[in-house]
Amino acid sequence: MAERTTPSFLRTEPSPVLPPPVFAGGAVKWVRENMLAGPGSALFTLVGLAFIVWATPGLVRHLILDAVWTSPDGVACRAPGAGACWSFIARKLEFFLYASYPRDMVWRVNLCLAMGAVLAVWLLWPGAARKGLGAALFFIVYPVAALVLLHGSEALGLPKAPTDLWGGIFLSMIVATVGIVFSLPGGVLLALGRRSRLPVVRFFATLFIEFVRGVPFITVLFMANTMLPLFVPASWSPDRLVRPLVGVSLFASAYMAEVVRAGLQAIPRGQTEGAMALGLSYWKMMRLIILPQALTVVIPGIVGIFIGLFKDTTLVAVVGIPDFLRTVETARLDPAWAGPTISTTGYLFAGAFYWVFCFGMSRYSLMMERRLAAGRKR
Amino acid sequence: MAAIAQEPAQESAHEAAAIEMIGVNKWYGQFHVLRDINLVVGQGERIVICGPSGSGKSTLIRCVNRLEEHQSGRIIVRGVELTNDLRKIDEIRRDVGMVFQNFNLFPHLSILENCTLAPIWVRKMPRREAEDLAMHYLARVKIPEQAHKYPGQLSGGQQQRVAIARALCMNPRIMLFDEPTSALDPEMVKEVLDTMVALARDGMTMLCVTHEMNFAKQVADRVIFMDRGEIVEANAPEPFFANPQHERTKLFLSQILG
Repeated sequence: MAERTTPSFLRTEPSPVLPPPVFAGGAVKWVRENMLAGPGSALFTLVGLAFIVWATPGLVRHLILDAVWTSPDGVACRAPGAGACWSFIARKLEFFLYASYPRDMVWRVNLCLAMGAVLAVWLLWPGAARKGLGAALFFIVYPVAALVLLHGSEALGLPKAPTDLWGGIFLSMIVATVGIVFSLPGGVLLALGRRSRLPVVRFFATLFIEFVRGVPFITVLFMANTMLPLFVPASWSPDRLVRPLVGVSLFASAYMAEVVRAGLQAIPRGQTEGAMALGLSYWKMMRLIILPQALTVVIPGIVGIFIGLFKDTTLVAVVGIPDFLRTVETARLDPAWAGPTISTTGYLFAGAFYWVFCFGMSRYSLMMERRLAAGRKR
Repeated sequence: MAAIAQEPAQESAHEAAAIEMIGVNKWYGQFHVLRDINLVVGQGERIVICGPSGSGKSTLIRCVNRLEEHQSGRIIVRGVELTNDLRKIDEIRRDVGMVFQNFNLFPHLSILENCTLAPIWVRKMPRREAEDLAMHYLARVKIPEQAHKYPGQLSGGQQQRVAIARALCMNPRIMLFDEPTSALDPEMVKEVLDTMVALARDGMTMLCVTHEMNFAKQVADRVIFMDRGEIVEANAPEPFFANPQHERTKLFLSQILG
């Protein structure tokens, strides 16, 4: 029998490299694939279109065509058929921003808000220069400067503006910023504590997290308001604004801790071992190896807590802090502006304010996720 | 059978010993994973540890830098006994490099940052100096051109060579290898083994858990066979492979050498 010496197949020339088939099909194809893919999809598209056609004219009329844009008082807004009363917002904007803060001192608030905005953009802008300096200014210099500016200091010739006069949007921003700035490090420490090898640390971290998570936010606020003064000497009794700030920070920290813990658990054990084998101490290992990875994994959860926290700042009103929503509430009850559209206009404005900030945070976090993913190319 | 595996090559065990393990025992719950381990590793000695899976060989070398705690007996590394004293543990870890089966590179750092991290943060070396050192070792494992990539962009063999370079950047006196080629595709095993052979030729004290028997024949001063948590046989590679004494060693060798 003849021995087979040639293989059953042997390539003699390379097969040609072909371009991929064309997938793009323009707008028509997009519509067909996304809106008319089948009878159900087509029906849904039609219902959606019908809703838009039905709702749009009314909305446009109410919000733009019939809206009252300039009016010194509520008379025009009370006219039959009048739409949204934007002049109410314009006339009350100062009150929304500063509440009862003395009007001749509001430049101090504006300066604070502007400094905060500049520093926030500096820190959040991807690839901005000298972030270390920016962080030092934001976390150390800015709080002191803001406190001196807002509260006043006789030594610097700034008259006092006690915190019971504070309110409005700037107060909401203070509550949200303090909550955000304290909840992340607080949450990280609690999460590390809950995973600690030391039983006492683990016990207290777990106790705190489960306790705070187990009671409603309003309860935490009431407790902070009434119980915090009991823990310190009477002369030290914390300011009425500090108490809800502490409450917000503690509450958000407990939720943050669980999100961070999820991130820590997602990091393979090998990372810890690799770091330990190099001789890194626990804190260096956490700071340089574990936390950067763990926090990246849970960015959506962290931002979710920030968004929730931002909206929950409206609850500080229950302990008598006149936040932005409370100023809207007060303004809409002003008899001079009584009218059928005042409440809806006020709430629409409040809703838009919160939505813009929350949506901004959401988009920013998506962008950061994409940037981090691209940088690492896993 | 004498539990002490063998005297090291040097004349005075205690002066020159890199690692001394005396009557070491360890349990995972009820499971006795290390049973009366006695092993002295001399300065510059290269030891290959083999044995079936679950025989405790990884646990043994992980005890040397305290990734695992032993429960009785003594482990002395370069004259320092491993106890609960964290400072002593860190001191030993600085001098003992380790290479893992799954590389354990830090995925969020570039290759260069992986290598400079420990010199900068543990040895307090200036950044520039650490980078020069890292490039030196990356060149030695033959991948300096990958320095600015991330671990996820490298092949398994390249990642493992980075892991070796990262350990070498700490200028260790002892290197531990925990099955360094077991997670690699076959065509990448050689590049890692070549790096390890070069390291062995330079006189590094090495403890390697591996099933690469050709590597053992090439560089090992001693081959240790472990089974069921105990050292069964230890010998120089030639007699170990040519003339295994214990039944379990013979069975194991017949299984892996075919």
